[in-house]
Amino acid sequence: MSEPMERRACITGIGQSQIGRRIGRDPLDLTLDACIAAIEDAGLTRDQIDGITTYPGAMGGAPGFTGAGVTEVQDALRLKLSWYTGALEQPGQLGAVVNACMAVACGLADHVLCFRSVWEATAQGSGKRSGIGLPSGGGGGGFRPSGTMEWSLPFRAYSAANWIALSAQRHFHEFGTTREQLAGIALNARRNAALNPNAIYRDPMSLDDYLAARMISTPLCLFDCDVPCDGATAMIVSRREVAGDLRRRPIGVEAVGTAIRGRPSWDQWDDLTTMALRDAGAMMWERTDLTPADVDVAELYDGFSFITLAWLEALGFCEKGEGGPFVEGGTRIALDGDLPLNTNGGQLSGGRLHGFGFLHEACVQLWGEGGERQVGGDPEVAVAAAGGGPLGGCLLLTGPR
Amino acid sequence: MSEAPEKPFRLLPRVTPTNEHFWRGGREGELRFLRCGPCREYVHPPAPRCPACLSKDLAPAAVSGLGTVHTFTLNHQQWVPSADHPYAIAVVALDEQSDLRLMSNVVHCPADSVHIGMRVRVVFENHDDDVWFPLFEPVDGAAQ
Ligand SMILES: [Zn+2]
Repeated sequence: MSEPMERRACITGIGQSQIGRRIGRDPLDLTLDACIAAIEDAGLTRDQIDGITTYPGAMGGAPGFTGAGVTEVQDALRLKLSWYTGALEQPGQLGAVVNACMAVACGLADHVLCFRSVWEATAQGSGKRSGIGLPSGGGGGGFRPSGTMEWSLPFRAYSAANWIALSAQRHFHEFGTTREQLAGIALNARRNAALNPNAIYRDPMSLDDYLAARMISTPLCLFDCDVPCDGATAMIVSRREVAGDLRRRPIGVEAVGTAIRGRPSWDQWDDLTTMALRDAGAMMWERTDLTPADVDVAELYDGFSFITLAWLEALGFCEKGEGGPFVEGGTRIALDGDLPLNTNGGQLSGGRLHGFGFLHEACVQLWGEGGERQVGGDPEVAVAAAGGGPLGGCLLLTGPR
Repeated sequence: MSEAPEKPFRLLPRVTPTNEHFWRGGREGELRFLRCGPCREYVHPPAPRCPACLSKDLAPAAVSGLGTVHTFTLNHQQWVPSADHPYAIAVVALDEQSDLRLMSNVVHCPADSVHIGMRVRVVFENHDDDVWFPLFEPVDGAAQ
């Protein structure tokens, strides 16, 4: 392969808004906080930003799922753009960042602002998390699902919690994975969140707490589900040649994974124990000479704990089916373990920033700015991955230079 | 003999000429999928062409309604208020073709008796004489 396009891209700044439960702030206000922070972090001014990309962009759908679209941010900051895109149909949330890499690598833009914002906590109000397509007042309200939702919602599978539970149960069946093993991911997230002042849930959690939690959809309990929050995350992707004089030493994008080689479906995927992550992970390693053993820190999507386990297998940190033993007890994935995992508490305890939080944290760790939760030994290689089910995208990052 | 439990709330799908064979096949007691004339592939969800050979020669065909639970989950969360929690959501693999799978519910048995590998057969739940939901019950007579 000729040099992968992503080597011509780098990350030059990151930013995040206030993060919390039911902050009650305008979602565009939060989004701009993150975007302006990222621009300033890179040492850029807004007149140098000539591209924008986001996931999923302006759309309807579940309340609070998106805090702002491209045009709102462009207009609010009066940006003069050479290129932009925002879409739901791409390789997971971080597909938006891969788009930015492509844009700078092929010369459509120099500095691309990438953002993702959510306000699900405020939008869902004091009620519990709702199912897809269900009006808050109960009943169907005349809504008739079509498209992919036609094949799940009528069978009372109203949530990704159900769809991922189907995958998890199959994994439990084929490989003997247990709840005690899966707990390793949730407990690790909580331990790390205690060291992250911006995390939502920071109180200690024990294995007994986990096992006693109420079931959502077997085998997933409450603590296997991430916590909705309000917040926005942004980063700047720049072309290498124009990144040299900026405030920070840039973080390299060594390889990206965006593949999906099975049916794009939650239930029609050929091997439900793997999901699309299998193909994205495999593709990423095809584009680099680095190997899983080179990775110093892993930030892997945990919209549900089982997805992280599947990413660990997809990215080759353990053999297929060995994810349970790999995370059991949590030693291996702790901050001082062989593979520090979800060092900011992930979405399970840190808050559901929906994908971009993992890339943000990978950059924090590579820049050595993790504070109390900083992984020792100056990590040089990190992986950030997001998405589950038929969505999956990942990036392999190399330390600042 | 116990009374048949009340039907739970369900979101009704949008029935169209493309999917009507599936959602209303139960009116005649049949589980139907599109099937390719030339290569005999069953196609689900419905599509304009056979994904195996790209033929447009597709027509609804009934299957036996027999299958195996490929995976399942017992839903405990009250997404909608109802009296039958937890209930079983399953992916059922139909006997006719290894990759002919359907998300559905396993009914007429205790939820905690549902397991991977369970043999099931289709049973229909009619809502409003509009949609006949294909659900599955155990074939071993566990239904009481
Ligand atoms: Zn055919």
